[in-house]
Amino acid sequence: MTSEAKDVEGETADGRTIAVVSAGLGQPSSTRLLADRLASAAVDALRGRGVEAEAVAVDLRDHAHQMVDAMLTGFTAGALRDAVDTVVGADGLVAVTPVFNASYSGLFKTFFDVLERGSLDGMPVLIGATGGTARHSLVLEHAVRPMFAYMRAVVAPTAVYAAAEDWGSGRSGGVDGLSERVARAGAELASLVAARAPAAARRDAADADPYAHPVPFERLLASGGQ
Amino acid sequence: MQFGIFSVGDVTPDPTTGRTPTERERIKAMVTIALKAEEIGLDVFATGEHHNPPFVPSSPTTMLGYIAARTERLILSTATTLITTNDPVKIAEDYAMLQHLADGRVDLMLGRGNTAPVYPWFGKDIRDGIPLAIENYHLLRRLWREDVVDWEGRFRTPLQGFTSTPRPLDGVPPFVWHGSIRSPEIAEQAAYYGDGFFANNIFWPKEHFQRLIGLYRERYEYYGHGSADQAIVGLGGQVFMRKNSQDAIREFRPYFDNAPVYGHGPSLEEFMAQTPLTVGSPQQVIDRTLQFREHFGDYQRQLFLMDHAGLPLKTVLEQMDILGEEVIPVLRKEFAALRPAHVPEAPTHAALVAAARAKAEEGEAAR
Repeated sequence: MTSEAKDVEGETADGRTIAVVSAGLGQPSSTRLLADRLASAAVDALRGRGVEAEAVAVDLRDHAHQMVDAMLTGFTAGALRDAVDTVVGADGLVAVTPVFNASYSGLFKTFFDVLERGSLDGMPVLIGATGGTARHSLVLEHAVRPMFAYMRAVVAPTAVYAAAEDWGSGRSGGVDGLSERVARAGAELASLVAARAPAAARRDAADADPYAHPVPFERLLASGGQ
Repeated sequence: MQFGIFSVGDVTPDPTTGRTPTERERIKAMVTIALKAEEIGLDVFATGEHHNPPFVPSSPTTMLGYIAARTERLILSTATTLITTNDPVKIAEDYAMLQHLADGRVDLMLGRGNTAPVYPWFGKDIRDGIPLAIENYHLLRRLWREDVVDWEGRFRTPLQGFTSTPRPLDGVPPFVWHGSIRSPEIAEQAAYYGDGFFANNIFWPKEHFQRLIGLYRERYEYYGHGSADQAIVGLGGQVFMRKNSQDAIREFRPYFDNAPVYGHGPSLEEFMAQTPLTVGSPQQVIDRTLQFREHFGDYQRQLFLMDHAGLPLKTVLEQMDILGEEVIPVLRKEFAALRPAHVPEAPTHAALVAAARAKAEEGEAAR
């Protein structure tokens, strides 16, 4: 039932795509592991609603150099360009970072810093983080959630933090374990994704490309260019 | 097809020696480069305009007026004139004055400028960049085309009964190019007026500029100035050449690695693959430049950036010798052979005067 996010670019013909961004550095990475579990939960919950979806992994470690280059040159190139297109063109996003110095990692932030303004408008996002102790779990609420709110993404209510001890503990004393939190968060993302028109259909309907549909000059002139 | 040089006018330390030229040396070097441009048979020299260090050219018409006095054929231009923070009245006056002094060898390229603090230094706000470019240019056009202007707008003091002097030479304003790196509004503006559009074409991948130029060409036709392939397009380019391409790469690499804008980022090889930068033999530069035509269509003006990143003047002049001897003659021949008859040349003052006369005579005949 649970399957790892595919490591290939692509999009199912009539289904939805969930981009799975992981800023984990290790290989294997507990951050990627959490990201995959969140993605699987969302894909399963979508299937429960009769919506086919595919998870596509974006491991930021693979694009580390190109992300710094993009910061300096102002354009994204090569494999990073494909990763950005995958994320921006997805129907939903799972974004998971390790906690470094009481916040998201620099690598995680840099990826979202090189996106064009407006790239994530209205994007359903499920956020997660990993760390050594549970004491940093509010990083999701004071750092990650505000960043996506600023980017005008729609963040699912449940954010999932996995500390080292979570990987070995179940539900206890009326408190949900990691599995229950993952399932609930996945269902929330599925609900947001299912409620939105597929990305492919939105692209066809939007006509928002300013290069394909410029504002006529008389209107620019009349409105003082605004 | 016109070929030329455009200079940003940055004062940058030479990374191989650590030496930084003085402002005087840099300003004089720009003039030397302009004079060299005429000597090697180029058509255009264009200077940047900046109002913050480490750049020297804050006063383009002062520099271009001096160069005008020491040249015979060279067209003097800008890259770019700040249409946002300059008063359009002063632009109208300065460039009409330059036109008279240079016997019409003047055009200019308008740009917005992307340095946020410069705007408030001139009483403006960068968030108004596009509205400023649109309103100021509309006024500039009127100042050059109407002897007496009444005007009221959002950004400057109203004008009542104002005459900009001197009037444009032969009653024909300088040709205007609009330069933009990313704004579809500016491509739309250039198309609307039938002006030229210049894509700096350096630093970014060609796909980006293809979209901008494609939009400009399409809208040029929409507004009735001619077919899309008759629109007036200019491109930048950045090259460094030696007889053997490996020597060019070895010599240019420290300048590339430490350059403003892209230094300390991608490797020289990556940047060459991603952007139009060409470091290699003269033949490689010829081949790459001819590719621009395949990417962007037949175009009218090619400007090269040669004097940045701290390259010493001596090296820049050597580069220009190679350009003039081995590259430009071949490019002129090839571009001319490839260009269809219905695609126009870049407008010169003489051509614009002839066109204005023809139009006036047509009007008389109709009456």
